[in-house]
Amino acid sequence: MHRFANPARFLKIARPLTVWLFWPGLILLLIGAGCGLFVTPADYLQGDTVRILYIHVPAAWLGMGGWTGIAVAALMQLVWRHPLAAIAGRAIAVPGAFFTAICLITGSIWGRPTWGTWWEWDGRMTSMLVLFFLYLGYIALGNASARQGNGGGVSPVTAIFGLVGAINIPIINRSVVWWNSLHQGPSITLRGSSIDTALLWPLGLTLLGFTLLFAAIVLMRMRAILAQNKVEARMQRLARG
Amino acid sequence: MKAKHQRLILALVALVALIGAGLLAASALKDEAAYFYAPHDVKTKGVEPGKAIRLGGMVVKGSLKRASDGVTVHFDVTDGKATVPASFKGITPDLFREGSGVVAEGAFDVGGTFQATNLLAKHDERYMPRELEGMQYDEKSHKMKVDR
Repeated sequence: MHRFANPARFLKIARPLTVWLFWPGLILLLIGAGCGLFVTPADYLQGDTVRILYIHVPAAWLGMGGWTGIAVAALMQLVWRHPLAAIAGRAIAVPGAFFTAICLITGSIWGRPTWGTWWEWDGRMTSMLVLFFLYLGYIALGNASARQGNGGGVSPVTAIFGLVGAINIPIINRSVVWWNSLHQGPSITLRGSSIDTALLWPLGLTLLGFTLLFAAIVLMRMRAILAQNKVEARMQRLARG
Repeated sequence: MKAKHQRLILALVALVALIGAGLLAASALKDEAAYFYAPHDVKTKGVEPGKAIRLGGMVVKGSLKRASDGVTVHFDVTDGKATVPASFKGITPDLFREGSGVVAEGAFDVGGTFQATNLLAKHDERYMPRELEGMQYDEKSHKMKVDR
């Protein structure tokens, strides 16, 4: 991993990779969403409401995956002092918070016709809302640490916050198993899926599409932070004259 | 020992302690964080009449009866271990039906019937097209099977 510690070498790979992640991601997402809306049959009980899952599930996966990424970046920053890890953590936070918000909003829209309520304080919903607040805190800390230097990345204290916050991820995952909850149990487990194949397949497309897009956004934001660092370094050199 | 290894061990020890603390807290919360009581919990813990709780479970097949006033429904809620009678006056959610999950807000009356003030339909984890209705997901073979 330290081969990429040099920003120039990282940028040489990140620049073309952004394109190769962004466009296939967008195309897969559009095909998946289109098929989910027009091709798959309606659910036997929920009717057409079921189609929101093609957005809701990838959003939940990326909201949780994003924080897992923040925790891994924090570990690399604290243990190996990898110079790009601090920037990666800061780059992940905004899209992570965004997808968590999408997950909460689509879940609420689905909950009204299905359960008969927009919001209930059950284990799954509460822990997901906590994740959203953790993201907001991390973003604020990350911006504050970038203003105080830290090479545009998050400070070690922010990285520790990212590591501590990771405890919420297994709690979200297990919340529907440990506690009686309004949210249904996991449909897709390692042992199989209780979503019928006829309804399941577009989810694979949107899941992959959203994930590629997420990676592209993270790379774009990392490049933007590195460019900002370059600008600041040049300004300082000019000021010194 | 290099400083890098020291940091790695420190981080891993902190992580293990953290996860341990989180799991302990979560298991201590097991009952407190439950969104609803199952009928079995009600029977074993003894919820006194008049105390506002949520009751969750399956609506027993064949138990759903509509009273003559047209808006009151009577039904039994079960979790497989215990069954309690419940009644609700008002408009039921679309997904509320026999054999399906329900979460009812309300309290038990002195007769032991749960008087619900609000009903929420609980969806289960199975999703399938209309043509497959009446089929069940088989836990062992992970295939859809006809439920008859």
